[in-house]
Amino acid sequence: MYEIIKDSKGTLNHGISACAGCGMELLARCVFDVLGEDIIIVIPPGCAALLTGMGAECGIKAAGMMCNLENTASTCSGIRASLDSQGNDHTTVVGFAGDGGTLDIGLQSLSGMIERGDKVLYICYDNEAYMNTGIQSSSATPFLASTTTQPAGKPTVKKDLVGIAMAHDIPYAATASLHNIADLKKKIQKAKDTDGPSLIHVLIPCPTGWRSDPADTITLARAAVNTGVWVLYEYENGEVTVNYKPKELKPIEEYISLQGRFKKVTEEEKAQMQKIVKQSYERKIAKLEK
Amino acid sequence: MYKMLDGNTAAVEAMKLARVDVIAAYPITPQSTISEKLSEIVASGEMKAKYIRVESEHTAMSACIGASLTGSRAGTATSSNGLALMNEMIVAAAGIRAPIVMPVVNRAIATPWSLWCEHMDTMSQRDLGWMQFFTQNCQDVLDYTIAAYKIAENKDIMTPAMVCLDGFFLSHSMQKINVPAQEDVDKFLPQYELTNSYLNPQDPMFVSNVVGMNDYTEVKYQQKVAMDNAFDVIENVFGEFYAKFGRKLNIIEEYKTEDADVVLVCMGSMTGTVKYVVDKMRAKGKKVGMVKLVVFRPFPYKYIYEALKDKKVIGVFDRNSCLGGQYPPVCTEVIAALKGTDADIRDYVGGLGGRDVNPSNIEKIFNELLDIHSGKSYKHTNWIDLKENPMDSREVFKYV
Repeated sequence: MYEIIKDSKGTLNHGISACAGCGMELLARCVFDVLGEDIIIVIPPGCAALLTGMGAECGIKAAGMMCNLENTASTCSGIRASLDSQGNDHTTVVGFAGDGGTLDIGLQSLSGMIERGDKVLYICYDNEAYMNTGIQSSSATPFLASTTTQPAGKPTVKKDLVGIAMAHDIPYAATASLHNIADLKKKIQKAKDTDGPSLIHVLIPCPTGWRSDPADTITLARAAVNTGVWVLYEYENGEVTVNYKPKELKPIEEYISLQGRFKKVTEEEKAQMQKIVKQSYERKIAKLEK
Repeated sequence: MYKMLDGNTAAVEAMKLARVDVIAAYPITPQSTISEKLSEIVASGEMKAKYIRVESEHTAMSACIGASLTGSRAGTATSSNGLALMNEMIVAAAGIRAPIVMPVVNRAIATPWSLWCEHMDTMSQRDLGWMQFFTQNCQDVLDYTIAAYKIAENKDIMTPAMVCLDGFFLSHSMQKINVPAQEDVDKFLPQYELTNSYLNPQDPMFVSNVVGMNDYTEVKYQQKVAMDNAFDVIENVFGEFYAKFGRKLNIIEEYKTEDADVVLVCMGSMTGTVKYVVDKMRAKGKKVGMVKLVVFRPFPYKYIYEALKDKKVIGVFDRNSCLGGQYPPVCTEVIAALKGTDADIRDYVGGLGGRDVNPSNIEKIFNELLDIHSGKSYKHTNWIDLKENPMDSREVFKYV
């Protein structure tokens, strides 16, 4: 009943139904490019489920399944154990989930997977809210961003996923950004080669949810790094490498002015936001480089 | 070979004999010794399997589904709140057609907190697409678990199954059990093989994506057909089991029903007690009988009809409160199966939260049914083992 049409370039078909300017789709193409065909991919309901198509139509030419929202990591653990029991050590098991499915409802399952040391590559595409269900806040939604469940802006900062993974002493974890594909692909390859659990956390600009111009997706990804909102670093066998430090942080204005979700932020709040971003960036760098 | 085993260890023996490849288990009283024993025999090499020490029952079932679709016979076991936590993945396993076999050690679901036997846990999952087998003793636990693998994995069925054993009454009671030889089980139970949906990079397919309104009904209907097909397959497998191991397995078991004036329908470990009471009352000339349900899902309505169509008064014992419903689940099913007959069917609820279903209560039920049969009385006591003044229980809370 599931027919796979094998005539497009790459693992992910052309013409799939993601929104214009979707960063997740670009990330998915990078992931498939690096990982090749010998994979089993697990995708929970969410934006990436669009890639799996509907009914007999499917956009992915790889073995995979749609799990439930909170069990991407646990489903991957089961698949890994099954492959191990069959002596298969070559197939990459990859979980591909959003911020809600990872940082909110799926955190326990991910924590279990990392703690047990299951050899699974977990990728979190973080568009900072429940975008597929209509832009509701998640614990990855940033300070003061307006969502449909917190239209006045989220009063708290976002959860630190890689920090949580580091607290598990995960063998490999990294953050990545869509404006630096070479760095992103290198990290996916490293994660694939890790003998144990690995995690990549990618900030994904989302024109629909961030209310930004679809043409600005890469600009926003870059601005997030240059303003200090998003820090690129890796945690590898207990060692941290900060991959990029802007010489001087750009003003937060350069990042938030391109997004409708910060439109209602007052000048006073903007100053507060700038202070928080700078402070958290400096603290983070200090902590990582300790 | 005969061994002294409790119900939980019988379940473990069955999973070992079935050569389960991947185990994902999380401990919960009274299932815990299943998790422990499985991990022990995997660690010692007695059982060749991968054991995933999961952080919840939700993960246990999720991992089993992943493993099952990747070509491994997957196993877990749970109880009570653990089964309730799995609920979402129970539906998923059935819909994705992962033929997982899971011993469920029946226990009440909190609250109030109770560690003890009740069927509410499995009853709350009854319509989600799993087969359910209820066992009377520890030998049953082993036998029905082995048979369940063969039924669940049949290509016309591909439906997961719960083998239900009463918490403590079976899980922790030692009984003499005939444990079959590995080579005999190997001959009985073929290797696990997936032919429809699977995860294999050499032959990629995407399993379980969104199904539109134009397909969903049909996919669900396929599950219904599998349930409908199950009776033939169950009968065949039980027949093969008898030929191989010499023990008769049943969909339902009739006990002295032929000339019985009244019959009590029940399930699980209490059926041993009911048989004892039937014998005792028969010795006094009272024509009572029992029907034991082993297979509850799919519900064997034709078998129940055949067994009970001529009976005038029938009692049904549910070890499960059915809050807000007219009748508890087993009784509801029996009423539906006997629709069109003039049977007077009476619902009994008891044995909740581990309360012993004792001979005197069973005798009381039979006497009530006999009185109804002879026209002496019309009333029955539907919460049969309720204490006097139940509203005074825990009164400290009542007046807060």
